Amino acid sequence: MATDTAHDDHAHHTPTGWRRWLLSTNHKDIGTLYLVFAIFAGFVGGAVSMGMRIELAEPGMQFFPWIAEYIQGADDPVDAGKHLFNVFTTAHGLIMVFFMVMPALIGGFGNWFVPLMIGAPDMAFPRMNNISFWMVPPAMLLLVISMFMDGPSGFTGTGGGWTIYPPLSTSGQPGPAMDFAIFALHMAGAASILGAINIITTIFNMRAPGMTIHKMPLFVWSMLVTAFLLLLSMPVLAGAITMLLTDRNFGTAFFDPSGGGDPILFQHLFWFFGHPEVYIMILPAFGIVSQVVATFSKKAVFGYMAMAYAMSAIGFVGFVVWAHHMYTVGMDVDTQAYFVFATMVIAVPTGVKIFSWIATMWGGSVEFKTPMLWAVGFIFVFTVGGVTGVVLANAAADRIMHDTYYVVAHFHYVLSLGAVFGIFCGWYYWFPKMSGYMYSENIGRIHFIVTMIGVNLLFFPQHFLGLAGMPRRYVDYPDVYAGWNMVSSIGAYISYGAAIIFIYGVWKAFKDKVPAGNNPWGEYADTLEWTLTSPPPFHQFNTLPKIK
Amino acid sequence: MMNHSKNFKNLVWRKSMAVFFAISGLFSTSLALAGENDYGIASEWQMDTQAPATDMMANMISFHNLLLWIIGLVVLFVTILLLIVIFRYNSKANPVPAKFTHNTFIEIVWTVLPIMILVVIAIPSFDLLYKQRVIPEPDFTIKVTGNQWYWSYEYPDHDDIAFDSVMIPEDELQEGQLRLLAVDNEVIVPINKTVRLIVTGADVIHAWTIPSFGVKIDTIPGRLNEAWFKANREGIYYGQCSELCGKDHAFMPIAVRVVSDEEFAKWVEEAKVKFASAPSIQQIKVASFSAAE
Repeated sequence: MATDTAHDDHAHHTPTGWRRWLLSTNHKDIGTLYLVFAIFAGFVGGAVSMGMRIELAEPGMQFFPWIAEYIQGADDPVDAGKHLFNVFTTAHGLIMVFFMVMPALIGGFGNWFVPLMIGAPDMAFPRMNNISFWMVPPAMLLLVISMFMDGPSGFTGTGGGWTIYPPLSTSGQPGPAMDFAIFALHMAGAASILGAINIITTIFNMRAPGMTIHKMPLFVWSMLVTAFLLLLSMPVLAGAITMLLTDRNFGTAFFDPSGGGDPILFQHLFWFFGHPEVYIMILPAFGIVSQVVATFSKKAVFGYMAMAYAMSAIGFVGFVVWAHHMYTVGMDVDTQAYFVFATMVIAVPTGVKIFSWIATMWGGSVEFKTPMLWAVGFIFVFTVGGVTGVVLANAAADRIMHDTYYVVAHFHYVLSLGAVFGIFCGWYYWFPKMSGYMYSENIGRIHFIVTMIGVNLLFFPQHFLGLAGMPRRYVDYPDVYAGWNMVSSIGAYISYGAAIIFIYGVWKAFKDKVPAGNNPWGEYADTLEWTLTSPPPFHQFNTLPKIK
Repeated sequence: MMNHSKNFKNLVWRKSMAVFFAISGLFSTSLALAGENDYGIASEWQMDTQAPATDMMANMISFHNLLLWIIGLVVLFVTILLLIVIFRYNSKANPVPAKFTHNTFIEIVWTVLPIMILVVIAIPSFDLLYKQRVIPEPDFTIKVTGNQWYWSYEYPDHDDIAFDSVMIPEDELQEGQLRLLAVDNEVIVPINKTVRLIVTGADVIHAWTIPSFGVKIDTIPGRLNEAWFKANREGIYYGQCSELCGKDHAFMPIAVRVVSDEEFAKWVEEAKVKFASAPSIQQIKVASFSAAE
């Protein structure tokens, strides 16, 4: 097959230089663009969070007033520093969600491996694929520009948090900074919707002969469910932020009580998007971990059908639990009780997945290569993040923890650790396939161990801070919280150091050029991408593979 | 050779079990320490909630302790399974992988068992939720308004005493006042009285909370929200704004002092005089607004 493809390449015009990337309609090139962009955005978003952890390492305000005075030239550095901290929390959240995790998992691995795994030559709409990537960098640019535009009077940047609740995001931030952030979300959201349409169409229409829905690899399943979640939730966000935009600029009052509107309406709309969004970020990681666990355990995945339908169930129930983010807004008690119930239901399919991964490894002959380390690490941190989710699901207990660091710890365990471990898991698993080179196993292991120590040191003490009552999004805190905050900051520095080890490993792999071969993982890496060369030919499967 | 690897495995087992006992020991100690935490404010290196000053918070803490045991055991269980996989099913210890991919019985077990655990959680959870949100007949009401960036309080049942509560800046702190927590005018309430809070926001959304009371409620412009507490211990209790509200979000603390009935009555008389002469910022705003109309 490989020779066939190579032969055909002569007949095709293969673009080179900037045209290859800017005008690309090739799913692998676009996937690479997404991955490079996500790594870049990850370092930007990570640097932003380093700023916050430097500030929070000790009580009092040190770092942000310094930036405000020497970089922004503010007249009142302390006041400007307070606002700048809010700008940083906002930017960190938006960058990590929209420009790091989603581009890496969906744009990057989704684009690369959905067609390869189902035996398709490319995505269904290659030109749309191009535009859905090229809308993302301008979106991030808009967000970065927003940090330098006027926000609240006298300050620059928008400090409304990634949740941009009105009235803080309307009357609270009168300057154009918030409008730029809204446009950034519009563009990123539109790009996601186009990407989702592409993924759904590809999976439904372009599977190779014999690749039935129930034979698809679990990663493809996860991308299918994710794409549906995107398609159904993103338009709700788009509507909500458009209403926010008209409230801000055109005199409407959707969310303004003085005009008959309701600020809580925005929260309902936002979380109707926002809760599926957290599953959008974690489901692809589920898919990757399923592939990796089966491959390195040298066993087929345990309970394939249960795994696939557990993801579908999580996706479905994920749409009817949104108001568990809003237990303190004064909702009717029966409504709160419903959301407690619905949220706890999600624990069941999630448990099925955790136990099925362990059952896959059980009795296996597990090789702890770097991707497998990340997969096992994922199962551990996701379990920790999952169980604190069960705590928070209970409105009666959430009353203590709502808007405290406990929540910060919870969602970083499932996202910053869960989704990011999934990304690294996929990266090390598929790096040989994508680049054709083997990474250094030693550097990969060191990267894993340092990350594991760093992130747990960073986020575990935040449970304690939250239980003790420290609210989130605070630039300064009472002195009693100093101890765990210092530990947390040290963990943050270690985690950022781990990210630099990662980049060093990537650089070294490209420098050493150790050939990976078509399939470095052995016979249990049995999905279609491993039947191709590494890297795969520019166009693959010109003759469709037949699945038995 | 066999013997050697067996010894090694035993050693690893014993070591990992030791780690588990150490972790669960730490865990129980932290639970046992729960009673020794400070009231109204956290203490250094604190690992769990502040001590309860209402029966409600005491109930919430025991519910949280139940949850903590359950989730602790779940994490411990998953960790043990992962360690068994790591030590028993690595490629050296188990060179030939098994072939099974299904086991209906175990799949039913790990679906039904979590459901049963969730039911165990749900029963006290719903009970407590309804206790929190079905407001009992109050002894009196306090109206709370969140402003950027201070709190306004009104006592409609006590001749409309009204005042603002603003954080004391760091350079004006007196001896014994806490940085970021001390305020100029504390909320004063009597012990063992059911206090109803009617809360709203003047500009953006804020959230009023006192961790030791187990109360947290958003103050939203255009809405009136309700909450309640019945403090059972005299003392000073602090909370901090818990909904992002802009630049000084971290600098608008809440301070409630619980006093005896006599002291409260005395304070009411003093407050009527004290706050009559100095209208609150809120009242000035309302007055100027009406004048403009």
